[in-house]
Amino acid sequence: MKITLNVWRQRDASSEGSFETHQLDDVSPDMSFLEMLDVLNRRLEAEGKVPVAFESDCREGICGVCSLMISGQAHGPESGTTTCQLHMRSFKDGDTIFVEPWRAKAFPVIRDLVTDRSSLDRVIQCGGYVSVNTGSVPEANSVQVAKENADKAMDAAACIGCGACVAACPNGSAMLFTAAKLAHLSLLPQGKPEHERRIKRMVEGMDAQGFGACTNHGECQEACPKLISIEFIAKMNRDYIKASLLPEHTSSELLKAQ
Amino acid sequence: MLIKFYSSTIGKKVVVALTGIVLLLFVIGHMAGNLKAFGGYDDKGVHKLDSYAIFLRDFASDVLGHSGFLWTMRAVLLVCLLVHVFTVIQLQRINSSGRGSRYAVVNPSSATVASRTMFIGGLVLLAYTVYHILHMTVGVVHFGGFVEGRVYANVYRAFTLSYVTFIYVAAMGFLGLHTYHGVWSLFQTLGLNTPDRHFVFINLARLLAVVLFFGFISVPLAVYFNLLPPPNVAAGVAG
Repeated sequence: MKITLNVWRQRDASSEGSFETHQLDDVSPDMSFLEMLDVLNRRLEAEGKVPVAFESDCREGICGVCSLMISGQAHGPESGTTTCQLHMRSFKDGDTIFVEPWRAKAFPVIRDLVTDRSSLDRVIQCGGYVSVNTGSVPEANSVQVAKENADKAMDAAACIGCGACVAACPNGSAMLFTAAKLAHLSLLPQGKPEHERRIKRMVEGMDAQGFGACTNHGECQEACPKLISIEFIAKMNRDYIKASLLPEHTSSELLKAQ
Repeated sequence: MLIKFYSSTIGKKVVVALTGIVLLLFVIGHMAGNLKAFGGYDDKGVHKLDSYAIFLRDFASDVLGHSGFLWTMRAVLLVCLLVHVFTVIQLQRINSSGRGSRYAVVNPSSATVASRTMFIGGLVLLAYTVYHILHMTVGVVHFGGFVEGRVYANVYRAFTLSYVTFIYVAAMGFLGLHTYHGVWSLFQTLGLNTPDRHFVFINLARLLAVVLFFGFISVPLAVYFNLLPPPNVAAGVAG
């Protein structure tokens, strides 16, 4: 396959970036997108040039490190895949591809295609965990979880924190990420005691990181490599309204009992 | 508690959704009232649209006084409109700063024309609302012999002008788009949307957008294409 690649090059967060065009003439359709970039980098190194900086780790779609906005689509044109699982057979021979880093105020570019996504970690630090003592593994069937809740919690917990939702959102909003992290805890018994306190803190933390708000375009769920639905954003809105406007009940009582 | 709620992005969105509901209910009522233009004249020679205007002024006048109901509604709507616009401008600032730099290539997957024109379309509707009040309520930009209280005559004379008809029909296009995305969004924002209910809400949004668009443009187009009788100048009473 012949591919014309326009790659974003940027020295650091404070520099101006621009596209650099590379012609690749022997791309195998079986290569992953990242392997294609590896081939490009090997060539650049052989020519004594600086290779393109991009992130990768597991290369099997579970670590959430790879990113890349590929011709205007987060993680490329395939649905439900990360960039590392995207293969060059998803493109046509002779295609021109634009590769850009995630762009959001809360994701400053470190170099080329690598962005600093620690703002997502800081949202988690606001309460995306269970801090109460939940004891050891309970006796089977003694803590019952509805099948529907277990399934929904697993759907939400599929989030790998890659930031594609923020990158794809016209407003750079992290609501799908935050909603998924809230839902996978609040749907299960271990996460329930701190639910109200958690949602208030995490929404506040999300706003403080400089993410935008949701305008219901639905771009985030299209971009999500784990196919997380915006139904979790509706759930977050519902729970946030309740937690903010109704008197606290479950959390404080249960936390006092600790 | 309310101030903290409003300071969050979700709180602001909820305020936009709630004020949007009030404005939506008004717009539905306004559209239904407009259809009185097709009602014709009664036995006394008063047009149904003019008697509807008198009804609105007299409604609950024993409690609120003459035009009291009308002015109460106007005050409520003005407050809702101002809160809606003010909050949206705050959110728009947060949203445009959240994006930071723009992508060179944009390839939207699910964003619609309606969802992407909510802010710009909203500003168009705001400008149109000001024009519409000066045109049909105050009458200073009517330019067709505006007489207060002679609603049907004012409507008829307005839409014989091509540019007025064009402005109204175009603005209702924006209203349709705003309604379509706004109605679906308000259920999502208020947390009422779930996968099982999505079908109902999205189709309610479509239905309201279509009904409002065609309901509103029916009167200007009917006048413009001579489908309605000219106003009876001799008869009728001023409200």
